[in-house]
Amino acid sequence: REKPPENCCMAPWSLLSNPPSADYRPYPATTTTPLDLARRAAAAFLFLLMSLSLAPGGASASRAPHPNAAAAAASAGNTRTTRPIVTGTSVLGIRYKDGVMLAADTLCSYGSMAKYKDARRLERVNPKTLIGGGGEYSDFQAIVELLRRNALEDKCTADSLYEEDGAEECAREVWNYLRAVMYNRRNKMNPLWNDLLVAGYGQNPDGTTGEPFLGSVDKIGTTFEDDVIATGFGAYLATPLLREKWRADLEEGEARALLEDCLRGLFYRDC
Amino acid sequence: PGQSKAGSLPAAMKTGTTIVGLVYKDGVVLGADTRATGGSEVCDTNCEKIHYIAPNIYCCGAGTAADTEKTTELISSQMELLRMNMGGAQSRLATACTLLKRMLFRYQGQIGAALVLGGCDANGPHIYQIYPHGSTAKLPYTTMGSGSLAAMSVFETGWSEDMSEGDAVELVKRAILAGIFNDLGSGSNVDTCVIRTDGTVTTDRGAVKPNDVAPLRARINRSRLMTITPGTTAVLKTTFTPARAGVTLADVTVTAMET
Repeated sequence: REKPPENCCMAPWSLLSNPPSADYRPYPATTTTPLDLARRAAAAFLFLLMSLSLAPGGASASRAPHPNAAAAAASAGNTRTTRPIVTGTSVLGIRYKDGVMLAADTLCSYGSMAKYKDARRLERVNPKTLIGGGGEYSDFQAIVELLRRNALEDKCTADSLYEEDGAEECAREVWNYLRAVMYNRRNKMNPLWNDLLVAGYGQNPDGTTGEPFLGSVDKIGTTFEDDVIATGFGAYLATPLLREKWRADLEEGEARALLEDCLRGLFYRDC
Repeated sequence: PGQSKAGSLPAAMKTGTTIVGLVYKDGVVLGADTRATGGSEVCDTNCEKIHYIAPNIYCCGAGTAADTEKTTELISSQMELLRMNMGGAQSRLATACTLLKRMLFRYQGQIGAALVLGGCDANGPHIYQIYPHGSTAKLPYTTMGSGSLAAMSVFETGWSEDMSEGDAVELVKRAILAGIFNDLGSGSNVDTCVIRTDGTVTTDRGAVKPNDVAPLRARINRSRLMTITPGTTAVLKTTFTPARAGVTLADVTVTAMET
């Protein structure tokens, strides 16, 4: 069997002798009461919904039992994300002749403080997809973890072992999946506070690698696909430049120079 | 123009604008778009945002249209009086800037005028930016208005010291076009104004007209019934009765008003 990808830190379920239960979540277990058991039964029924929302109650929730619609908000204080804490700023993306390129700075701010100066805001999640995220950094990390887990399951579960190709998600599939995740969380009034760019290659119906793809997903689940996209402050400062200078036959060097010019402008003007 | 809510005052006409100014080798170039908005409606597709202050000083205005218009008019007349009092000496930008900022500060931001003041005087070419609360900055290039970020991104990648006039005007046009196409509060045409250190001024109203609808309108085929030429209806008889000449007060009957 192939090695897991180098950035992966989670074991595939099928390798474990004692795989986790259907309502597994990566928090320490709490004591079980009869009421909890009843809630767990209800939650197991809602498992599909939970998996779409990344983790029951959301990444920013306090460590409480399953958020049943009746119980959660009342007892544990605010369990919804209402504002981002550690934030990244703009991400820029451009589709050029042979591919697609993302650019972002490496700063994560803590309010007005420059807290983490070398944070990775562009991450590869599967062989065909790159995502870049601005907004709440912890939510971005959780999304990357989720997408990598999906990629790993694609690779290691029974379906993929017997097919040559076509098991990997392409960038467009990741983009659509993220739309569902983000919109679902927004409907629970507990968003993942991010502006994401999804870049990579699409997939043709016969399984071969398709055209370069660039799309965005925002925290309320709006999706948008285009040749040039900039999120955050870059929408105001970089989009005019990108739109003015974009051509369908841009070379990789030209695309990179254009993104660098935009990032320089953002460095000057974006606090 | 622009109703906000039933019963409350209509929204003031704002210029939701892109205005820019830059210093080049032999002077300054000012640029502005020409859209005036009231709320989310376009009130004026071709308004003038570059205002005259003195023969060698012009001012672009963003914010509330009435405020920019009247404030610049007021300061322009004060400058003219000053020139008369000082024996015709050329006006200086620092004077205009100080008059504007002192007035705006006095009104504590209630006058919504954000200005880019530019011109050439005895001390060379200058650009100032003035905010509604009265703060000023003297800069080599600046942008203001809702489209300022779009225009600034063009300036930051294109401006260099000691540009030629052709390059400077081209950069200003590109910056305003970035605002016109990427900002909803700006639109229509580009106006430019070049003020040179040798004293000459070139104002170009409608330097670039990317949104001109006249050619589109001309292509509409209207029915011949819409334009009726004189002579279509035959005239059967003409009579002319002159008004009574020599009407005086004696012919008028005066009745007291009922109070």
